[in-house]
Amino acid sequence: MSEQIQESAGEEPERIPVMQQVLDNPFLLLFLGIVFPTVLYILWGVMEIASVPVAR
Amino acid sequence: MMTTTYRTCPRTGLQFDTQAESLMRFNAVAAVLSMVMGGLTAVLVALTRWPAIKLLPADQFYQVLTLHGVNMLLFWIIFFEIAVLYFCSSTLLRCRLATPRIAWLGFALMVIGAITTNVAIFQGGSTVMFTAYVPMMAQPHFYLGLILFAVGALLGCFIFLGTLVVAKNERTYEGSIPLVTFGALTACIIAIFTIASGAIILIPTFLWSVGYIKEIDAQMYRLVFWAMGHSSQQINVAAHVSVWYAVAAIAFGAKPLSEKVSRSAFLLYILFLQLASAHHLLADPGVSSEWKVLNTSYFMYFAVLASMIHGFTVPGAIEAAQREKGYTHGLFEWLRKAPWGNPVFSGTFISLVGFGFLGGISGVVLGAEQLNLLMHNTYYVPGHFHATVVIGTTLAFMALTYFLIPALFKRELILPGVAKFQPYIFGLSMYVMTLVMMGAGTLGVSRRHWDMAFAGAPFQYEWPGAAYLMMGIAGLAGVVAVVGGVLWVLLVVGSLLFGKKLEEGEFSARPTILRMPVASSLSAHGGAVSHHVPGTMVLGSVLLVAFVLYYFVNWKYLSEVWPMA
Repeated sequence: MSEQIQESAGEEPERIPVMQQVLDNPFLLLFLGIVFPTVLYILWGVMEIASVPVAR
Repeated sequence: MMTTTYRTCPRTGLQFDTQAESLMRFNAVAAVLSMVMGGLTAVLVALTRWPAIKLLPADQFYQVLTLHGVNMLLFWIIFFEIAVLYFCSSTLLRCRLATPRIAWLGFALMVIGAITTNVAIFQGGSTVMFTAYVPMMAQPHFYLGLILFAVGALLGCFIFLGTLVVAKNERTYEGSIPLVTFGALTACIIAIFTIASGAIILIPTFLWSVGYIKEIDAQMYRLVFWAMGHSSQQINVAAHVSVWYAVAAIAFGAKPLSEKVSRSAFLLYILFLQLASAHHLLADPGVSSEWKVLNTSYFMYFAVLASMIHGFTVPGAIEAAQREKGYTHGLFEWLRKAPWGNPVFSGTFISLVGFGFLGGISGVVLGAEQLNLLMHNTYYVPGHFHATVVIGTTLAFMALTYFLIPALFKRELILPGVAKFQPYIFGLSMYVMTLVMMGAGTLGVSRRHWDMAFAGAPFQYEWPGAAYLMMGIAGLAGVVAVVGGVLWVLLVVGSLLFGKKLEEGEFSARPTILRMPVASSLSAHGGAVSHHVPGTMVLGSVLLVAFVLYYFVNWKYLSEVWPMA
């Protein structure tokens, strides 16, 4: 992600660090906060349980 | 379209969108009512598990335990958290609340859901406890109530996100959102994952209860249920840490030692905190050790690291602010001269210390797969989560309420002398209760069995006397804690009904510039001026030493349980 440049009147343009851009984007954080546990906990767990052989 | 009016609180300078303010008040009142239900049932649970008293018969005990769990772990906490979300968005960002009509709809759904579930439990056909493990089946309206409540809470979360968009578009703040709002955003994100998980499992379970689905796999239910059941408590962690930062700002004008570090710690929560749900399944056969260990003993530790950062930086921020005011003598003058008679501060500090020492350390031990086997499904587990949810979250919310009574409800607190002692009565009795619960659990006392002696069973187990002693102390301390909780309810309800009415402040059509210290502190950016916090360093070191010792004591204990010679 390229660093954004924030300009304000009469001041030097201020570079916004990439990490701050991430932290300032609530919807990106929402995406990450859903994907991480969904993949690592739910999907992985469901795959493991689904692969348990059924007793005969 | 609703017109927006802002009220400026003359005591704090906070500006409330009047719609948001009403919603906060109603959510807070619903939270208190849920707390009343949870508290009444708490005393019955405590007196029944006290072996010398054993108040209720088994069937009533499990019914009451279901009421206690659902009202405390879901309704009390989430109603309050929705109020916190509206406060942290609309009030701290000084903007209108997005779609207040939908917010009212969400509130109505939550109320209907909470009542429906409570009715189902009272009717007696839904004694399935908070976990409601299949194949135990509750009445359909038990699940339906939970689903309605979850949908309402989900609407509240989206309104919080919508309000962030409104604030950004209307440029009501500069730069990043305030740290307290960022913490609330963290809670909101975890809440959305939690509620989505709840929908995934509760909707099929509801359909199963009405006969549309033949069977719910018990292992699958446990996996997805805990994505909701445990993550709902992680919403609390993010919310009460935000409250800690808020109270540090309110009571001391404190800024975090490093705002960047605190925000990064919240990011660790967003990514990893929900994975701690896996520790409920550490003894389950259906999932592999890789799944268990990676989720708990690796990823969960990132969230633990984040909690340790918050646990360091909040008292550190208070110390830095106090030292700036001249309390520089020795290691702890800043702490000795803190306003211990102010329940907003004392409640928060007792919450912070208890959460770290009792809830945090025991959580890490429970999260280690091998050590977990020592206390899996024993009384240790409710000991642990009463340390996190009751000492950590409930006490922090109680402390914040003392600030909200004049600021939000515009009433003077009644009986301030009683309020001064309430956090100590409630918090310290909970310290004792959680400690002995964990002690009894370590000796093997079961998590929620009505009768620890298993009277009438063909094979008797001879408990050591210490187990009975600790169960007795847990009952006694639980009753004292309920007294502390009753005092809080009386103070809150009494203040709302009989407290002196305070000046409302000015009303305007637009938010005005910040001008009062409390509002400025809550919305300010940047870290503390000085990072010289030797007292906090000592406190942090004590926590680390306590953690290391306790951790290794448990490994030693494990080695004795399973002799390898």
